Amino acid sequence: MASFKEFSESITKSQAWKSIFRHGAPNNARNRVLVVLMNVFLHLHPIRMKKSGVRMSFTWCMGGLTFFLFMVETVTGVLLMFYYRPTAEFAYMDIIALREHVPIGIMREVHRWGAHSMVITVWLHMFRVFLTGSYKPPREFNWGIGVILLALTLLLSFTGYLLPWDQLAIWAITVGSNMARATPFLGHEGPGASLINSLMGFDVVHAGSDARFALLAGRLVGEATLLRFYVLHCIFIPLTASVLMAIHFWRVRKDGGISGPL
Amino acid sequence: MPTPKFPESDNAITRRDFFNWVVVGWAGFAAAMGGFLTAIGRLFFPNVTFEPPQQFKAGFPSEYAVNKVDERFKKRYGVWVVRNERGIYVLSTVCTHLGCTPNWLEGEAKFKCPCHGSGFYSTGINFEGPAPRPLERYKIGLSEDGQVSIDKNFKFQFEKGQWNDPNSFLELA
Repeated sequence: MASFKEFSESITKSQAWKSIFRHGAPNNARNRVLVVLMNVFLHLHPIRMKKSGVRMSFTWCMGGLTFFLFMVETVTGVLLMFYYRPTAEFAYMDIIALREHVPIGIMREVHRWGAHSMVITVWLHMFRVFLTGSYKPPREFNWGIGVILLALTLLLSFTGYLLPWDQLAIWAITVGSNMARATPFLGHEGPGASLINSLMGFDVVHAGSDARFALLAGRLVGEATLLRFYVLHCIFIPLTASVLMAIHFWRVRKDGGISGPL
Repeated sequence: MPTPKFPESDNAITRRDFFNWVVVGWAGFAAAMGGFLTAIGRLFFPNVTFEPPQQFKAGFPSEYAVNKVDERFKKRYGVWVVRNERGIYVLSTVCTHLGCTPNWLEGEAKFKCPCHGSGFYSTGINFEGPAPRPLERYKIGLSEDGQVSIDKNFKFQFEKGQWNDPNSFLELA
């Protein structure tokens, strides 16, 4: 009978294993560095960091938790997409079906609570970065990326709010999108809109051509709005956020690791 | 041994010319991308929406009872048509607080918003709740066939003194 050592070596010395892990076991400093460098996910992280830099009392784990929740939202969101149809005829019934007829019907609640938690952890992460002064040079650029990510998180919540297509959803988006009326120059009730209209001599910016119209695909929240928000919620904003998150994590490493003095 | 040279020809291009053309090329590409992205921006404004039209006819003036709020056009067009002793005016059903749709309470003779409790008299003047200003009125007139015609492209706000505009009120003898 083969010993365990022979068995494990038959795996770690196989061609398949060596084609995936091209460095030796991480039992010396060089190989430990290679573990991080040779992995597409880990290479976004620092190779080394100060012990104090990852202290819980210093980081609150909030950035990592936010990323974890983003992954939870992605997985549960994709699962929900197998059942949900973004049309006025089906949307609400599909939401009910997800709760009543689908096994592990708690998935939508997980998605919802994950979304609430993510908003909270994003704010706490920002608060922590502010308190530890981690926005200071050379980390200003990453702070800027983070602010955009905060806005995208809130937009994800906002666009997801409409998808249940119940009274709460429709009126919340009606009320919320009224803010877009007041967009400077681009909203028909915003500052500068009347200036543009008087300069052009006719109504360029009106209720049927302004920022709110582009958001809602109409003057009112309707079926076109539902589809537009669905695409924004499931495709556009997550993709944008993913690209920015990659930059964000990469810059954490390039700018001297997680928080703390350099 | 002599260094090999590229053969000179009459249409040889200089290094400087090459880079100038590269700049022209990139500028052209950038302009094309700019035009393309502008066109993509236009994609978000469909030429046709399947919403009710902004202009519509609302029956004959005689159909409206004096001192009654008519709710026939609330659901489809988002307006109340109100008749008083002097004539007819059209109120927007959009609450001036945050944009919900109030309900007309016949018994209490007021519009009451279910979202945050704003109240308006049948004139559209706000008197309770958080609404900061009266309901908006829309353009009203008589069409050639004698029907009331309403145009939601034009609105009249009380606080701007626009309710004195003749288009905001259909005077009836």
